[in-house]
Amino acid sequence: MNSAQFLAILISNVFIYIVILSRFLGLCPFIAISKETKPALAMSFAVTFVITASSIITWVIYRFMLAPLGMTYLRTVYFILVIAAFVQLVEMVIKKISPATYRFFGIYLPLITTNCAVLGVAVLNIDMFFVNDKAVPGSFSYSVFQGISVGLGYTLAMLLMSAIRERLDFCNVPKCLKDFPLAFIIASIMSLSFMGFNGFRF
Amino acid sequence: MFILIPVLTLGLLGLLFGVILAIASKKLKVQTDPRLEKIHGLLPGANCGACGGAGCFGFAEDILSGKRSIDACKVSEEAVREQIARLLGQTVEKKVKSIAALHCYGGKKVGDKFLYEGIKTCVAANLVLGGQKNCRFGCLGFGDCVRVCPFDAISMSEEGIPAVDESKCKACNKCVLICPKKLFSLVPQKNRVYVACSSHDTGKDTRSVCAVGCIACRKCEQVCPVDAIHVIDNLAVIDYNKCTSCGDCVLVCPMKTIRKR
Repeated sequence: MNSAQFLAILISNVFIYIVILSRFLGLCPFIAISKETKPALAMSFAVTFVITASSIITWVIYRFMLAPLGMTYLRTVYFILVIAAFVQLVEMVIKKISPATYRFFGIYLPLITTNCAVLGVAVLNIDMFFVNDKAVPGSFSYSVFQGISVGLGYTLAMLLMSAIRERLDFCNVPKCLKDFPLAFIIASIMSLSFMGFNGFRF
Repeated sequence: MFILIPVLTLGLLGLLFGVILAIASKKLKVQTDPRLEKIHGLLPGANCGACGGAGCFGFAEDILSGKRSIDACKVSEEAVREQIARLLGQTVEKKVKSIAALHCYGGKKVGDKFLYEGIKTCVAANLVLGGQKNCRFGCLGFGDCVRVCPFDAISMSEEGIPAVDESKCKACNKCVLICPKKLFSLVPQKNRVYVACSSHDTGKDTRSVCAVGCIACRKCEQVCPVDAIHVIDNLAVIDYNKCTSCGDCVLVCPMKTIRKR
């Protein structure tokens, strides 16, 4: 566990391998909920929270259940099961404890259950911080921190996209490009520009 | 064995989560007032926000908790308001139904003083020297009201002015607020006559830019049997407390500015 490693995780997940624009995960909310800044921000917070929490849970499941029993090939199924159950539980708890928060997250929380970015990060954690099914030193804290920084990267991408699209509302866009077609084009240009951090390789 | 362990663990884990979620949904159940859903179902559901609440659901919560009265919803029908009142054990006062009226009939009949190439909304156009129309009071014709109307009651007519569909208008006041020229007002539905002009220019100036603008000739004043119409600041104004919708002023108006709907 050293701070250089943490910094590397942060930089790589917030800028270089930004989950939406470099790994192309979690694109549905990126296109669908980025029309205005406020819902986009709510969605990003919800995603950050769920990714962080699911990083913890999936790490525990993998370390203490899948790896010892030699069932690592079933990790996708297990992860989906735990994440879905966890999100459902969180939704119920929030609804009971804090209706205001529940209204803030709205429908986004259950939507995240099937967000591929969440599963993607869980799998990524396993790939990066387990060697031959053995946890590397500091593996747990790296996983949690990776969850947080992926969430931050997600928030950055959502904020940029929603700001661009809010401005586009005032522009005279050709009818055939309005809304989604243009959103896709913007997403690809943003993806190209973030590739600049990584460098082109042919 | 190779198959059994995954099947068993996955099955058990699924069962465990199922049980936990089932217990949690029982324990954490949030009690909602059944009347809330009913009231929300009765409200128009347009989420227009004219009541000052955050959409129809927020308004339903507010009337249930007594923060606001049902009268705040100007949009819903009389019968619906009574139904909601009965649900809550209250009574509502009878209200006069109003319809939005546009106080301009210029449209394409009024020429442009310059070519406007900016954003095609009235609010934006109004920022450039008060709009492109020769008449500085008149409708700019970009249809902000058409877009803002939550009930699809306003449409752009061929003459380039918005037309209000009386059967759809709920007097929610949105068009009144958005029009940068303040051309809309809510007129009681039983009153059929309205002045289709907002120009305070003198008769000569109005006439030079518009064929249907009020020239303040005061013929309507003279003919009105109940003293309901007066020319104030070069513009005919109807007092709807007195007006009987007899239509005499409509017949006598030389510019056809006073109209019947």
